[in-house]
Amino acid sequence: MLYREAGDFKTTYRADQQTFPIRSERYLFWAAMAVAFLVVPFFINSYWEKSVLVPLLIWSLVALGLNILTGYCGQVSLGTGGFMAVGAFACYKLMTSFPDMPIIFVVLASGGVTALVGTMFGLPSLRIKGFYLAVATLAAQFFLVWIFNKFPWFYNYSASGQITAPERTILGVAVTGPNAPSWATYLLCLSFVFVLAWVARNLTRGRIGRAWMAIRDMDIAAEIIGVEPLRTKLSAFAVSSFYIGTAGALFFSVYLGAAEVTEAFGIEKSFLALFMVIIGGLGSILGSFLGAAFLVLMPVALKNLFVGTLGWPTDVATHIQIMLIGGLIVFFLIVEPHGLAQLWRLTKEKLRLWPFPY
Amino acid sequence: MKLKTLALAAVLAVGSGPALADLLFPSFSYRTGPYAPNGIPFADGYADYFTLLNERDGGINGVRAKVVECETAYNTEKGVECYESLKGDNPLVIQPLSTGITYQLIPKATADGIPVHSMGYGRTSSANGKVFEWVFNYPATYWDGASIAINHIMELEGGNLSGKSIALIYHNSAYGKEPIRTLEELGKKHGYKFTAIPVDHPGQEQKSQWLQIRRDRPDYVLMWGWGVMNSVAVQEAANIRFPMDHFIGIWWSGSENDVLPAATGANGYKALALANPGKEYPIYADLKKYVYDAGKAAGDGTHAGEVLYNRGMYAALLAAEAAKKAMEIHNTKDLTPAMMRDGMEALQITSALMTELGLPDFGPEFTVTCANHGGSGLGKVQQWDAEAKTWKVITDWIAADREVVDPLIAEDADAYAKEAGITPRDCN
Repeated sequence: MLYREAGDFKTTYRADQQTFPIRSERYLFWAAMAVAFLVVPFFINSYWEKSVLVPLLIWSLVALGLNILTGYCGQVSLGTGGFMAVGAFACYKLMTSFPDMPIIFVVLASGGVTALVGTMFGLPSLRIKGFYLAVATLAAQFFLVWIFNKFPWFYNYSASGQITAPERTILGVAVTGPNAPSWATYLLCLSFVFVLAWVARNLTRGRIGRAWMAIRDMDIAAEIIGVEPLRTKLSAFAVSSFYIGTAGALFFSVYLGAAEVTEAFGIEKSFLALFMVIIGGLGSILGSFLGAAFLVLMPVALKNLFVGTLGWPTDVATHIQIMLIGGLIVFFLIVEPHGLAQLWRLTKEKLRLWPFPY
Repeated sequence: MKLKTLALAAVLAVGSGPALADLLFPSFSYRTGPYAPNGIPFADGYADYFTLLNERDGGINGVRAKVVECETAYNTEKGVECYESLKGDNPLVIQPLSTGITYQLIPKATADGIPVHSMGYGRTSSANGKVFEWVFNYPATYWDGASIAINHIMELEGGNLSGKSIALIYHNSAYGKEPIRTLEELGKKHGYKFTAIPVDHPGQEQKSQWLQIRRDRPDYVLMWGWGVMNSVAVQEAANIRFPMDHFIGIWWSGSENDVLPAATGANGYKALALANPGKEYPIYADLKKYVYDAGKAAGDGTHAGEVLYNRGMYAALLAAEAAKKAMEIHNTKDLTPAMMRDGMEALQITSALMTELGLPDFGPEFTVTCANHGGSGLGKVQQWDAEAKTWKVITDWIAADREVVDPLIAEDADAYAKEAGITPRDCN
């Protein structure tokens, strides 16, 4: 009743193949976008910006990137934190070396640098698979963090190894640095995520995405039908690293403002991204967003509930929160191994039949 | 019945009238994670001191102090979340208790006009008040600490360090890297050979580092460690039979939690002290009467008298004194963060004041000024007695080598001013 396709006729293949084939779903999407772009910026304050929305958007981008590699192309990666660090440090070096470069270009160029580095670390994937590849990417994680600690050139020889983002503006409005207004940083991140998610969606349902999925499902069969593993795997690494690098650059310049490689881009970040993708749903664009929302918003929501509303001691609240989130992850994986995206798919199926299920 | 009590409470709350707003002192604590052994005693001490002021004196000049804890787990992102959630509530001073979070908050707090006190940690060059208007790190900085440790070693070696070798084992983070530059400069001046050995977060695995120390046999080892890294390092040093009295930690690597796990192996380990350890002070009688016996102690109440408990208390004391100063300057009891900043900048700690507060000879005398936000830069050396399970202070106040430290601070502050586009203010 609420959600149905009756009367929604398609007369072209193009209309039939669009991302949201059902009209109400299309309306829902555009309404959500309208709220995100036109309403939220007027109401956002710095708490919502710094603790909720900006981290959510950036982590969605990371999850999107990892989902391309792991969910669509089947290459398990534990190097996400390291690739984010590449993006962040590339961003820092570009910002400080070329102060006049526009920030949007800096962020995209950081993504490009990360894509190169990611492709390099993707080379072993041509010979090794599965767990062994996971270990190889784990090496990338540790190697990259080590390199940003070891060579002071990367942090401009500062005494503490911290990198700090200088202020940069777009059309006269600061988007990095402490004086950036909340709506500006939010809109910048939202625009990046919107455009890149759009690109990802269209990449994954076209020729390139199908090649990735062919490799994921069975690489030998894919090779026999003419999918070249070298180019396909490396393109997945490149695109995925581009996303993760862009996210790393935003993470450092817009969200944190200052970062230190061991702490901001450690192995925990790689695991966090992997959990997001698994919980959200492997091989799903929506899943990347749902997974990121689950793991970014849940701790903040629980903290506010336990400490803010119920007034529990902070240590008890934190420990319970850790247990609850762990428990919920296990629960979701048992109830729905294909992730939150699959839950949404099932909900839609049910809604289409409601109120007359058969 | 319940409704009645609720209504009564509401009436009482309204009835108490337009009382002054509480003075908010946020406590960025970490009671979970690998840094909890050090975070818990500090947070307890910080909270207990304000509880004492509220219970005994009815607050600071009659205005009650409110401590709001926010768990950071020593993690910068959580620290930022805590800051954002608290900054709208008029917090008087932010004490991040983490060098990483301090670095993060320096630009934000400066923009928002909220003072930051990183007591003996944080960015050393924030001692330069001309550039860092809103950031304070009195009574001493990391670079003072490095210099104090070297001065102590000089004393042991009869004033000559040429040809000696000194190693630094450090937490591979902004915190641990802070002293390296100073130690290198001092090495040039005194002619010792310096090596820096990093330990990655969280520091539970240090076998290779101590193997290196065992192979190189440096004459002295300094340590910039925090959390579990401290106790592991002390244990490893004991395992390779490194002479413990040649192993000196910074003031963040010298609490009971760091040495107790190594039992007798830790005997003789030294650490710097910002203030004295122990509970032989008149204030503890008051704490017992008004806080512990009243069941109002923070946490599980087992940390009283520990080094970090005392330090938390000291941090609270300095904040409370600054608040008093601010009330005096602005002649009001309704403080804002900006007024608090003025109070901190005019803070003057004398031994008479410390005696009056129940902590005679506890910390150094120092004066904060517009140009100097770093205090006097004095420290003591304490040594662990594993038999008695106590820290013993073995020196008097040792001064840092200002000739080396001050130019370094000026240089780094200038670099920051340039980077952040700050024009140093005029302090005359």
